[in-house]
Amino acid sequence: MKYYDKLIFELSRPGRKGYELPANAFGTDGAAEIPADLKRTEPLDLPEVSELDVVRHYTNLSNKNFGVDTGFYPLGSCTMKYNPKINEELSAMPEFAGVHPLQPAETAQGALELYYNLQHALSSLAGLEEFTLNPFAGAHGELTGLMVMRSYHESRGDHKRTKVIVPDSAHGTNPASAMVAGLEVVTVKSRPNGSVDVEDLKPLLDDTVAGIMMTNPNTLGMFETEIMEIAKLVHEAGGLLYYDGANFNPLLGKVRPGDMGFDIMHINLHKTFSTPHGGGGPGSGPVGVGKHLVQFLPNPRVRKGEDGKFFVDTDDRALGTISTFFGNFGVMMRAYAYILTLGKEGIRQVGPLATLNANYIKESLKDDYLLPIDGVCKHEFVFDGLKDKSTGVTTLNVAKRLLDYGFHAPTIYFPLLFHESMMIEPTETESKETLDEFIDVMHTVAREARETPDEVKNAPLTTLVRKLDETGAAKNPVLTYKALKKNAQ
Amino acid sequence: MPHTEEDIRAMLEKIGVQTIDDLYGDVPEEVIYREEYDIPSAMSEIELRRHFKELGDKNRQLTVFAGGGAYDHYSPSVIGHLLQRSEFYTAYTPYQPEISQGTLQYIFEYQSIIAELTGMEASNASMYDGATATAEAMFMMVASTKKKNRVLISDTVSERVQAVVKTYGKFHGVAVTVVPEKDGVSDLDAIKKELEAGDVAGIIVATPNKYGIIEDYTGFADAVHAAKGLMTVNADPSTLAVLRTPAEWGADIACGDGQTLGMPLAFGGPYLGYMATSKANLRKMPGRVVGATTDADGKRAYVLTLQAREQHIRREKATSNICSNQSLMALYATIYVALMGKEGLKEVNRLSCDGAHYLYNRLVETGKFTPAFPGKPFLKEFVMKTDLDMKRVNAHLAENGVMGGLDLGEGLVEFAVTEKRTREEIDRLITLMLEA
Repeated sequence: MKYYDKLIFELSRPGRKGYELPANAFGTDGAAEIPADLKRTEPLDLPEVSELDVVRHYTNLSNKNFGVDTGFYPLGSCTMKYNPKINEELSAMPEFAGVHPLQPAETAQGALELYYNLQHALSSLAGLEEFTLNPFAGAHGELTGLMVMRSYHESRGDHKRTKVIVPDSAHGTNPASAMVAGLEVVTVKSRPNGSVDVEDLKPLLDDTVAGIMMTNPNTLGMFETEIMEIAKLVHEAGGLLYYDGANFNPLLGKVRPGDMGFDIMHINLHKTFSTPHGGGGPGSGPVGVGKHLVQFLPNPRVRKGEDGKFFVDTDDRALGTISTFFGNFGVMMRAYAYILTLGKEGIRQVGPLATLNANYIKESLKDDYLLPIDGVCKHEFVFDGLKDKSTGVTTLNVAKRLLDYGFHAPTIYFPLLFHESMMIEPTETESKETLDEFIDVMHTVAREARETPDEVKNAPLTTLVRKLDETGAAKNPVLTYKALKKNAQ
Repeated sequence: MPHTEEDIRAMLEKIGVQTIDDLYGDVPEEVIYREEYDIPSAMSEIELRRHFKELGDKNRQLTVFAGGGAYDHYSPSVIGHLLQRSEFYTAYTPYQPEISQGTLQYIFEYQSIIAELTGMEASNASMYDGATATAEAMFMMVASTKKKNRVLISDTVSERVQAVVKTYGKFHGVAVTVVPEKDGVSDLDAIKKELEAGDVAGIIVATPNKYGIIEDYTGFADAVHAAKGLMTVNADPSTLAVLRTPAEWGADIACGDGQTLGMPLAFGGPYLGYMATSKANLRKMPGRVVGATTDADGKRAYVLTLQAREQHIRREKATSNICSNQSLMALYATIYVALMGKEGLKEVNRLSCDGAHYLYNRLVETGKFTPAFPGKPFLKEFVMKTDLDMKRVNAHLAENGVMGGLDLGEGLVEFAVTEKRTREEIDRLITLMLEA
């Protein structure tokens, strides 16, 4: 395929068109009613291209991308499962696409029923009382969940609870969400295996603590075995437990966060429930809560009346609203289709097979890669780079070399507990053959690191573009076509 | 899940355990869930399709004359086809730029388009929706002005946007002062008074505003800048092809909802939040940003940049907690604008504006409706006053497959017209309303 790097703006020719619109049949001139000083005077430099130009341009761009449909993504904490095609088709159904969010409820019963059924299914799978589907993404779910946490304490007149405990191994969004929610972050140290140190936790639990945010299994893929003790301690201290659903996949079908004592959780539908990542969204971050917190969930809520009809409700005790309408409904449709396809029986396989796949890779690679925490992991695990540190080949080098072999890189340099972290999560949708190919390639890269280290250090060698000047990009940011054009002059 | 019995056996053997359950040996027995989930049994594709069709048939497809933050613009066929390229939609966030140039380049094009429409110098890679983007703009103003902790929002900004801004403000500890409107537009004198009272990090206004009115913001930027605050304009990006831009009003931040760039109504989402700003405030802007660069061979390439602001690096010191955004919807907007181009986007506005004025005139002619804000200019959305029982009228319309204007209460009704509405549809709307 020919190398292609034009911008859509560079295809533009004055007077070319990529659209057809009807003629004005109204006999009115609305524009004449708008005073000139309210109109745009700046020239509008947008592309003028044909429909075929657009189709070829974006098809060419798509060829420069790697997706789950292209190949395997061993990307830790990102749960890059296969995105079933039928879900895409269903989510685009005109019967839903044409529904206005403010349409009278009696004319949107199908959309409301779907929203309600998904709320209900998530509640059952998570062991929590109720869910809101309004949050747009995982981090938005965290923020919403922490707002619930604060609302709970405020409603009890418990105003001094302004701190939230976050383990140092937590995802970066946890402390950032706490900051946005107006909570002060108190970091609790992890043990070497990444789990929360109960002894370190105890002295932190005073009456200023609103709660704790936990990821279980933690970001090293290890189950927090003392979770019941932690839950007891936090609850006794008057705090609430927040479950970061980014790592829910290994527990799906096996363990419910609500049963472990969690009061609040978010779920990333674009991880655990197979909706596509879309190159960085749209995702969806439903938030579930225990019975004692239901009234604080954000408005609007979708409920079922005694007559079996669905309706939109608001609650004065709610924390407020966090979205213009009902969140990313199209994403919910896909997740709902995923749950129905697996059904109550099939969903039991999800966590266990994801865990099987992760352990299989771990055991197959620990001869060449440094496994800092030995033992059974859940859906993911972390290597601390290559075992043989004498070659000078870093985790970054290995990651880039994988691109040459047609694999996506693992999550690298996270968690921060190790210098050369390489976090691998295969998900349950990958076959043993794919895992074996990946294992082979990882062994090959380890061998190359010993025999031809420079080749690995210069990777990637075969991708469409090679190592990028990231420092230059940050130092002198060129963020638009206009700026690019100006620089070229 | 592709595992055969044989695969599972071989994998367990490699791991050195007997059963998959052994992999959960570290989980306390009492939390292993053994009961039945309250969800249906597995459905085949045939059954799934039937179920979705049944649900879909419970929705009514209405001819839409309402806006309120979601507009029934036309979505050209090409977009749906290109968005189905799975190299786009099954991709992760472009953290490995060498194999993500497709995503990175369309984000760069998207940023260029948003910057062009708003007149601002820089845009991020997208936000969730217009309301959350406005709330983030509030934080950005507070972060940029230091030590000031109050933001003014004109009461002519959409109620839904106001509500989210207030929620975010309440929890983060930013005081949000709603400045009352005057005759349907922002009250500059009242804003000046609030500015004099002090501690104001910035103001938020909208174009067109919640009544569809195109406001005149002459003097607003000067006033707020004199008080060392910033100005955010929440703008419908589609209308910026013809209306004075946030930059032309002197704004420091532009934000809003990109749904108007051809996105389906889809019961409220996914839509697209956007945010743009000036160079001076760039490093305070939340979200991902893509920059142009070159690779080791000197080839043109794109990369996520200025990441030092973001949550995965800065953790609790980040400017925002945003991580996943609405990337695929940014592609949607990009393809839409590429297809429409500068003339098409103007034509969409012209047709919507003509149709809206036609409906406006017809409503006045009935004698049952009077303009709520006479003489105030509008584009595709406007408010009428009526004595009709709008609850009954809208119910009658719905029965006849029409979504009427939004009932704002107190006899106020808000209508919206897009390029999709025909003269016949508008005439029928009038007939149906009168017979209700």
